[in-house]
Amino acid sequence: MEVETRRTEEVPVVWLQAATCSGCSVSVLNTVSPRIAELLLDEVVPGKHINLRFQATVMAGAGEPVLEVLEEAERDLKGRFLLVVEGAIPTKEGGHYGTIGEVPMAERVEALGRAAQAVIALGTCASFGGMFAAEPNPTGCVGVEKLFKERGIEVPLINVPGCPPHPDWFVGTVASLLLEGLEGLELDEHRRPKLFYGKLIHENCPRRAYFDEGKFAKKLSDEGCLYELGCKGPITHADCPLRLWNSGVNWVIGCGAPCNGCVEPGFPDLVAPFYEKGPEVEEALPSGPKAKEEG
Amino acid sequence: MTMGRIVIDPITRIEGHLAIEAVVEDGVVKEARSSGTLFRGLELILQGRDPRDAPRITQRICGVCPTSHATASSIALDQAFGIADRITKNGRIIRNLILGSNFIQSHILHFYHLAALDYVDVTAVADYEGNDPELQRVRRFLERGELGPFVPRYEGDYRLPKGTAQELVAHYLEAFEIRRKAHEMLAIFGGKMPHNVGTVPGGVTQIPTVDRMTAFLWKLNEIREFIDNVYIPDILTLAQHYPDYLEIGSGCKRFLGYGGFPQEDGRFYRGGTTSTELSPGEFDPAKITESVRYSWYAASADPLHPTRGVTEPRWGKEGAYSWIKAPRYDGKVHEVGPLARIMVNYAQGHPKVRELVDRALGELKAKPQALASTLGRHLARALDCKLIADAMAEWVMELEPGGPVYTEYELPEEGEGVGLVEAPRGALGHWVRIEGGKIAHYQCVVPTTWNASPRDGEGQPGPIEQALEGTKIKDERNPFEIVRIVRSFDPCLACAVHLVRPRGKSLGEFRIA
Repeated sequence: MEVETRRTEEVPVVWLQAATCSGCSVSVLNTVSPRIAELLLDEVVPGKHINLRFQATVMAGAGEPVLEVLEEAERDLKGRFLLVVEGAIPTKEGGHYGTIGEVPMAERVEALGRAAQAVIALGTCASFGGMFAAEPNPTGCVGVEKLFKERGIEVPLINVPGCPPHPDWFVGTVASLLLEGLEGLELDEHRRPKLFYGKLIHENCPRRAYFDEGKFAKKLSDEGCLYELGCKGPITHADCPLRLWNSGVNWVIGCGAPCNGCVEPGFPDLVAPFYEKGPEVEEALPSGPKAKEEG
Repeated sequence: MTMGRIVIDPITRIEGHLAIEAVVEDGVVKEARSSGTLFRGLELILQGRDPRDAPRITQRICGVCPTSHATASSIALDQAFGIADRITKNGRIIRNLILGSNFIQSHILHFYHLAALDYVDVTAVADYEGNDPELQRVRRFLERGELGPFVPRYEGDYRLPKGTAQELVAHYLEAFEIRRKAHEMLAIFGGKMPHNVGTVPGGVTQIPTVDRMTAFLWKLNEIREFIDNVYIPDILTLAQHYPDYLEIGSGCKRFLGYGGFPQEDGRFYRGGTTSTELSPGEFDPAKITESVRYSWYAASADPLHPTRGVTEPRWGKEGAYSWIKAPRYDGKVHEVGPLARIMVNYAQGHPKVRELVDRALGELKAKPQALASTLGRHLARALDCKLIADAMAEWVMELEPGGPVYTEYELPEEGEGVGLVEAPRGALGHWVRIEGGKIAHYQCVVPTTWNASPRDGEGQPGPIEQALEGTKIKDERNPFEIVRIVRSFDPCLACAVHLVRPRGKSLGEFRIA
């Protein structure tokens, strides 16, 4: 029998880390199907291999030779590579709070953004500014969308927030791009794929029955709904309760801790204090305890 | 005499953004400068916030070892809230299990995924003929010819025989699975990783049940088999082929540990100081200071104790070269980390440390002083990993199923606390002061701040800088020696946000987050 041989299409990917904790990278290492080795080495979807040219946490090289990889992408791969940005981008002091190879991160993201075919802002920092843009935002951190807007860069941009994002959200977004192109991804008003961010935590929470019955945890580690302890599930759009974390062993509320709303543009300032219920949660609950009292 | 300057920016395969500059004279590093190239200002962001949010916020210092910050922050807040002596047994043990799980994850990730590519040539798999599906996968990858992220790289000094290199590549891939399982184990009690939600002031959030304990134990047992049969033997194998790296990169040869993993009495690892002379010294937190003489921060006085330390960025400050501050103990330069933990506890006669270290060094026919070296640091890290993993198998079975894990408290108007712990990369301290029920002052002194620190007010170079100085560089275009020495410290610059940069062209930047 003849075996048909087909060429593997190499999809160049440049993954740049700006003001980040690297937690997004570490989270993606936790991917299960495919496993990370498969993601790096194999065709992630039939016929297409992610050619990860730059990723500072795993790449072999260092110094000048790897900076050339970035410059080569800007020059020779115009419109032909996927840019992944992890972390917020510091803009105060001319961007000198964060540099890569003596060049401010903001300039690197701008130059690569202009050359990329599409950009994935991975994690809440890259999407919306996140933790390092929290008040008083000492370094003037911004997310990719804001930077691009200020600098007039128009390139397809997808936000995959989360602190960190679930590995499936990233891998699923990439697979969708490779299989169906940009048209295949339906995004919400914050440019998040609806596939993963389409429903509220509260809608699918296994402790929802406690909420409806009015059984509330009074202190951490209690049974009951975590509403009184500051849970932001009612205003947080993610599929954590269905997908679960770390190969399905647990998740935030499963561990008895309130959701911090980490996928939302307001994280952390609009959802802090994390262990206090805020007005934004109460307002969002049509069937909440407050509505019931009034009703 | 020939003089040259090697700048490595970015230094990759570390956590965070780091650059190294070395002045090389006649092939020997005469002066080295370690420069942190990212400042994020989390200590400023913490001011004015609800103290209970600090463990969640400080975890975002570092996605590789967030649990360490959650632990140090929670311990500091226990103290500030006046409940430090009322943490339940389950609360104490689960905190240790959460932190310990991430020690394992971090150490295995560091050796295989951050460090090993400096010694192991992936292309050795190109003509692999065996039937290991993982190595076949690598061979097919190599055949296709697009080798990112494994090239570009430094070329030359890959010394392992082909079969050994192939075996190490297989372990590199297996280690991805093992480190992921360590995160799964952590999430059983911590909810999710990175950025666990289980460790809080007052204890933890998850009540242990027998099924969770058993699941934890058996994930742990699988990982312990890997540590014993793969991780430690691989380091001994490297030592056989790179014996010179048991000699170079020794550094300042003074060590500091705060001690960590609270037990019913005392701590699993004891705190203290020592040197390669191995005489034990007491640890007194009052002797910690931070200098910003060569860091891009303003200073009213220098150095300062962390409770008085300020973090006011001044980019472009004259003479400064890093966003990292320079912590010192008793005015002297100290290395922290697995090597320091092992040396301090060996010097104090910790029975399990002594036994394990003597056995490993016996195989190498080396003395404890040999641990103060590039490969010695890797060996110390692997032994640290085994000590913690073995202890955890006992701790998890000491849990009381269904028993309390959380202690309630009143949020005070005023309070002060300090959390001194051991993180995977070494001594970690959080200092917090509460005024008006809010955080008034928060200061973190993290392990990489010690190790990657720039010069201090006395002009003393930091540990990594000292480890580089005097090193012979065989090929300045492929400075393996520099990256191998730097990575042996497992720098985490995401943590050591206060790193300095040399004036002029920097050597390179690496992220150590």
